[in-house]
Amino acid sequence: MEKMSRVTTALGSSAISGRTMFCHLDAPANAISVCRDATQVVVAGRNIFKIYGLEEEQFVEKLNLRVGRKPSLNFSCADVMWHQMEENLLATAATNGAVVTWNLGKPSRNKQDQLFTEHKRTVNKVCFHPTEVYMLLSGSQDGYMKCFDLRKKESVSTFSGQSESVRDVQFSMKDYFTFAASFENGNVQLWDIRRPDRYERMFTAHTGPVFCCDWHPDDRGWLATGGRDKMVKVWDMTTNRAKEIYCVQTIASVARVKWRPERKWHLATCSMMVDHNIYVWDIRRPFIPFATFEEHKDVTTGIVWRHQHDPYFLLSGSKDSTLYQHMFKDASRPVDRANPEGLCFGLFGDLAFAAKESLISGDANRKPYPGGDRRYPIFFFKKPDLTEQFAHVSSALSVFESSLESKRMDWFVKTARLYLLSGKSFAELCDHNAKVAKELNRPQVSTTWTMLRIMFSDPANLSTPGPNHIGKLGTLPLMNSFSMKEMGMGTESRLDRSKGESRQDNIHLELGNSLINNICPTAENEETEGSEGQAEYMFGDAELDDDDLYSMEHDNQAAEEQEYTLPQEAFPLRHEIMDNPLAPEHLQQDKADSPQASGNEAEVMCLTPIESFSLISISQPLFSPHLPAPFFCPVVREMLSHYAEQGDVQMAVSVLIVLGDRIRKEIDDLTQEHWYMSYIDLLQRFELWNVSNEVIKLSTCSAITCLNQTSTTLHVNCSNCKRPMSNRGWICDRCHQCASVCAVCHHVVKGLFVWCQGCSHGGHLEHVKNWLKSSSHCPAGCGHLCEYT
Amino acid sequence: SFIPPALRRAEGQKRSRQSDFGVRIPRPLGNGPSRFIPEKEILQVSKVDPRTQSIFEDAFAALGRLDNISLVMGFHPQYLESFLRTQHYLLQMDGPLSLHYRHYIGIMAAARHQCSYLVNLHVNDFLQVGGDSKWLNGLDGAPQKLQALGELNKILAHRPWLLTKAHIEHLLKAEEHSWSLAELIHAVVLLTHYHSLASFTFGCGITPEIHSDGGHTFRPPSLSQYCVCDIANGNGHGHLEERRGNHQVSEVSGEVEVLMERMKQLQECRDEEEASQEEMATRFEREKTESMLVATAEDEECVPSRDVSRHFEDPSYGYKDFSRRGEHVPTFRVQDYSWEDHGYSLVNRLYPDVGQLLDEKFQMAYNLTYNTMAMHKDVDTTMLRRAIWNYIHCMFGIRYDDYDYGEINQLLDRSFKVYIKTMVCSPEKTTKRMYESFWRQFQHSEKVHVNLLLMEARMQAELLYALRAITRYMT
Repeated sequence: MEKMSRVTTALGSSAISGRTMFCHLDAPANAISVCRDATQVVVAGRNIFKIYGLEEEQFVEKLNLRVGRKPSLNFSCADVMWHQMEENLLATAATNGAVVTWNLGKPSRNKQDQLFTEHKRTVNKVCFHPTEVYMLLSGSQDGYMKCFDLRKKESVSTFSGQSESVRDVQFSMKDYFTFAASFENGNVQLWDIRRPDRYERMFTAHTGPVFCCDWHPDDRGWLATGGRDKMVKVWDMTTNRAKEIYCVQTIASVARVKWRPERKWHLATCSMMVDHNIYVWDIRRPFIPFATFEEHKDVTTGIVWRHQHDPYFLLSGSKDSTLYQHMFKDASRPVDRANPEGLCFGLFGDLAFAAKESLISGDANRKPYPGGDRRYPIFFFKKPDLTEQFAHVSSALSVFESSLESKRMDWFVKTARLYLLSGKSFAELCDHNAKVAKELNRPQVSTTWTMLRIMFSDPANLSTPGPNHIGKLGTLPLMNSFSMKEMGMGTESRLDRSKGESRQDNIHLELGNSLINNICPTAENEETEGSEGQAEYMFGDAELDDDDLYSMEHDNQAAEEQEYTLPQEAFPLRHEIMDNPLAPEHLQQDKADSPQASGNEAEVMCLTPIESFSLISISQPLFSPHLPAPFFCPVVREMLSHYAEQGDVQMAVSVLIVLGDRIRKEIDDLTQEHWYMSYIDLLQRFELWNVSNEVIKLSTCSAITCLNQTSTTLHVNCSNCKRPMSNRGWICDRCHQCASVCAVCHHVVKGLFVWCQGCSHGGHLEHVKNWLKSSSHCPAGCGHLCEYT
Repeated sequence: SFIPPALRRAEGQKRSRQSDFGVRIPRPLGNGPSRFIPEKEILQVSKVDPRTQSIFEDAFAALGRLDNISLVMGFHPQYLESFLRTQHYLLQMDGPLSLHYRHYIGIMAAARHQCSYLVNLHVNDFLQVGGDSKWLNGLDGAPQKLQALGELNKILAHRPWLLTKAHIEHLLKAEEHSWSLAELIHAVVLLTHYHSLASFTFGCGITPEIHSDGGHTFRPPSLSQYCVCDIANGNGHGHLEERRGNHQVSEVSGEVEVLMERMKQLQECRDEEEASQEEMATRFEREKTESMLVATAEDEECVPSRDVSRHFEDPSYGYKDFSRRGEHVPTFRVQDYSWEDHGYSLVNRLYPDVGQLLDEKFQMAYNLTYNTMAMHKDVDTTMLRRAIWNYIHCMFGIRYDDYDYGEINQLLDRSFKVYIKTMVCSPEKTTKRMYESFWRQFQHSEKVHVNLLLMEARMQAELLYALRAITRYMT
C-alpha cells in the first residue's frame, strides 16, 4: 500500500501521457473506475476485483482485492466506483444485493471496510457524492435507492422509486442535493437527497429499461440517458418539463454513456449486446459517430475517461477479459470513410446535389449551370486542432434546374393513361399504343410499336384485325417475306427521322396521316426494281383511297428539310406491306436522296444494313419468308434496354407487358423487376394510381405482384355503435355485436361481404346478388334502390 | 368445449338431422376442457368476467375456434390476452419462417413431450396452411433443414444447459440446408413456446378438442370411456385417484395458514439472521441437486403412442436420464445473462417485436397477483411467486445471486415440488392425483395461476440457454 501511494504522488497532477495499450484480465469485467489523479484503475467483475496502475507503456497490476480461498458473493461486483475525493475509498455493488466499501489504507490483506446488506435484490449501481466524502448512493433491482453515511452502519435514507428496478443513479455534478435515477420501466426520476418521501420530478425517457444516465460535467442542466431502445437522449433539465434536446440513434441497446471531458458536445457510449465497439458521438451530428474504438472482441461493459479534465484518454473493460486504454488520436473516424454526398429532387424537377468540394472542383469538365449553380460551403470548425474537428466537410451544392421542355412530363402522363396493356389481342394493343404515341408526337415510339406488331404477330392474327391495307391485300405471304435487311433499314430511318423531327411541331401528325400516301409513290417508282405483283396491287388500292392526303403531304414536304423530298428507295415497299394504318413515318424517308444518308445513322437496335444490298433485298429476300418470332427477340431486348437507359422506362415496361411471354424469358428477372419498380415509382409520383395498379397486376415478377398485397386493409366501422372496428371485420369489440350481418339471411358474413355504397347495407355476395335479381330495393328494407353490377 | 349459442343451435340441428340418415354422431368425451377442473367452474368464468368474455370472442373470431387451453387460461384474462397476442404473432404474423414450418416446429416441440393434444391441433393447422402431409409420417419425411432442428429440440426440451455454440453453428452452416439467424430465433421461440405449453397442457389436464382424435367417441355415452390421449399420457386411472384424493382432504385443512405463517416469518426474520455466503451457495446447490432427485411420480416406463412419437427421434432421451446418474448441472448466473438485458435485445434485433411481446408476457406472468391465497384476502404473494419461479430456474441450473434458496424449502412442500418437477421435466407423467395432492385448499384458478408461472419460467429458462448459445456463436 505504501508503494502504491508513492506511485500516486510521483505522477501527481502532472500531465498524463501514454499510448493505446491493453492487458489481459483473468475474467470478464463488469465495471471499471479510475482514481482522481488518473494513475490507477479498478476493474470489477464476477470473478475479478483488481487495481491496475496506468504506466507509460503498460498496465501494471497493483493489488488484488479478491482475497480468500473461496470468495463470497460480496466480491461478485456489478458495479464499482472510486471516490473522487478520498483516494483510498472504493465502493462496489454486489450481485447478491450487498453494498461494500473498501479502504485501501487498511493494513490487512482484506481491504473490506463496510458491508451494507439492506437491499433485497442485486445492486446495479453505486455512486459517491462528488464533493461529500461520506455520502454513498446505491440503486437496486428491488426498486429502492439508499443513501449511506459511511460513518454509520446503516443507510440514512431510502428512496422508493415505485417503478420497478433501478438501473443507474448519478449525483448531479453541480447541484449539491440532486441526483438522477433511471429505471427498468423507462422512467427517469430526479430526487432531492434531503427529501426521501417523494421524487422531485419524473419523466419517461425511453421505451423499455433506461440502462444508464450521466450528468454533463459542465452544463448543469444536461442529462444524457441511454436505453434498451438503442437511443441516447440528452435532456435539458433546467426547464419545468424535461426537454429532449438531442437524440442519437445507435445500433444496439446502450449500456453506458459518459460525457467527454472538456468537450461540450461529445459523449461516449458502449452497448449491452451484439455490438462491441465504443463510440464517441458529437450529439449535434447524430447520424455518424465522431470516433470509434474497435478493439474489443466481446461487449464492452465499462467505459471511463481517464482524467476528468483530459479528453484524450479513454479506458474500457470488456467481457472479453481485457482492459484497454484508448488514445483518442488512434480512434477510427467513420466520417473519413463516409461519402458526404446528397442528392434531392425539388418539387418542380430541380435537382440539388451536394458533394465534397474537393471532388467537384477537381472535375475539370464541370460547367456551372447557368443561374442554377450556387455553392454553400459548410465548415465545422471548432478549434484548429485537426483531430478534434468533425472531418471538416466543405461541400459544394449544385442545383440543376430542369429546362422547360424536359420539365413537362405531360407526354408521360398521357401515354400512361392512354396506353392499353391488356384486354385486346396483341396486334390491337400494338396498334392502339402506336396511335397513342403518334398522337403525342412521339414517332419513334409509335414506330416501335408498329414494328413490334409486325415482328411478333403470327400471320393468322394479322390479317383479321387489319382494317387497313392488309385487309385489302389479304396477302399473308407478303408480311412474312419481310426480311431482315429491310428491318434494319426501317429502324434506322425511323431513328433518323425522329431526330429530325423532334424540333418540329405538328408536322408529324400530318405526316402520320399521310404515310400511306407516301408509300404509294414509292411503290410505283420501285416497280421497276421488281417488286412483287401483289404489292403492286395493293399500292394501287391505297393510292386511290388516300389520294387527297397524298397531295397534302407533298405540300408539307416542301416546307420541310431536304430529307423529306428525296427520291425514294426501293426497299420501303415491304414496309407498307406491314399493313399499318398508322404506318411509320420512316416511309417518308423514301424520299431521301441516298439510301446511305439514312443507313449510316443506324445505331441502337437494328442490324446494320448494307445499303448496296437494300435494293436487291426487296426483290429477292435473302432470308426465308417465314421468320419465327423468337428471331427478333435479341433485337427487341436491345431495344428495350435502350429505351430504359434513355430514361423511357415507360416504353420498356409497356412493351414488356404487351409482349408478355414472347419476350419475358429473354430478359433477366432482376432487370425486369428494376424496370417495373422504376415505372411504378414514376406512375405513383404522378398519382396515376390506376395505371400503376394495372401495371402491378399485369407484371409477372413475383416481387412486383406482391406489392398489391401490401396495405390492403380495409377499415370498417361497426354498424351498431358506429365506431371503428379494430380487430375483426365482423365482430365489434365495443358493443359485442356481430357487425356485418347479411341483410338477406341475417347471419354473420365471414367471407365475401358485398355492400351498397349508397345505403351501406349488404351481405353475402350470393344472397345479395340473388335478391337484387328479383327486387330493386335494399334487402334491409331501408328503401334505398340498390344496384348490383 | 365453448361454442357460441348460435353455432350450438346449428350444430344441434345438424346432428339431429344427420341421425335420421344413420350418420355416426360424435359425442364429446370427458367433461369440459380439463380433466382436473370441473367444467362448471371454467364456464362460469366467462359469464362473470366481461373481459374474459370479450377475449374469448376475439380469440374465436381470429381462429374460428376456442381451444381448451384458452378456456382454462380464461381464469386469468390479463395473462390470456398477452398469451394469445404472442401466439398469434408467432404463428400468423410476419416472420422469417413460412406458416407450415411454424406449425411443423410446433408439432415437433409438442411431440417431444408426447403431447397429443397440441400435436393434433397443429397437424390440422399444418395441413390447412398447405403443409405436405408426407412430413407428418415422421421427421424423416420432412426437409433436411427441419431434421437438423431435431437435435436442438431434444436438448432444449430436456437438458438445455448442454446447448453450446457448436450446435448453433451446425444449424447455421449447413450449406443449402442452413438456417438463417432470424429463422433460428423464430424456431427457438416456437420450440420453447410449445415445450412449455405442453407442460401447461398436461399440468392442467387439458382434454382433447372435440374434433380431434380422442376428443370424441362414436359410441353411446354409456360405454366405457376410451381416450387415445390417456394412453399417450400414461395416466388412465383417473377414477381411482379421484377417490383417493377426496379421502385425504380432511387431513390437510390449515395447510394454507401454515404457509402464510411461514411467509410472514421469513419476511420478518430476514434481516436478523444473515446466512453466510457459503451457506447461500450451498443452499442453492442443495436445492438444485435435490430437485434432480425428486421422484417424478410413477417411474414406470411409459411408451409413447406410435402416433405421436413418430414426430421426434430418440424417444428414450429425457430428463430422467441424467438425474439418475446424478449428472452435474452447471450453474448459469442470471446476472451475467438475463432476459431483460441480453435476451430481449437479441430476440428483438433478429425477430422484431417478438422480444417486446415475450417481455410483456413474462412480466405479466411474473407479476400477476390478486393478493389472495385460497380463502384469504390481501396477502402479498410476491415471495411465494418468486420462490416458484426461482425453483424452476434452479432446476435448470439458473442461479440468482440475490436470492436465498433456503426460502424455497420453507415455502414449497414436497408434494408441490413433485408436481413442479414432473410438470416441468416430464409433463407427460402428470396425473390428476398430483394435481390434487398439492395445495389442496387452493382454488382451481390459483392452481392454473401456478401453472402459468411454471410455464413461463420454463420457457424463459430454455430461451436463456438457447439465446446464450446464439450470442456466444455471434461473438
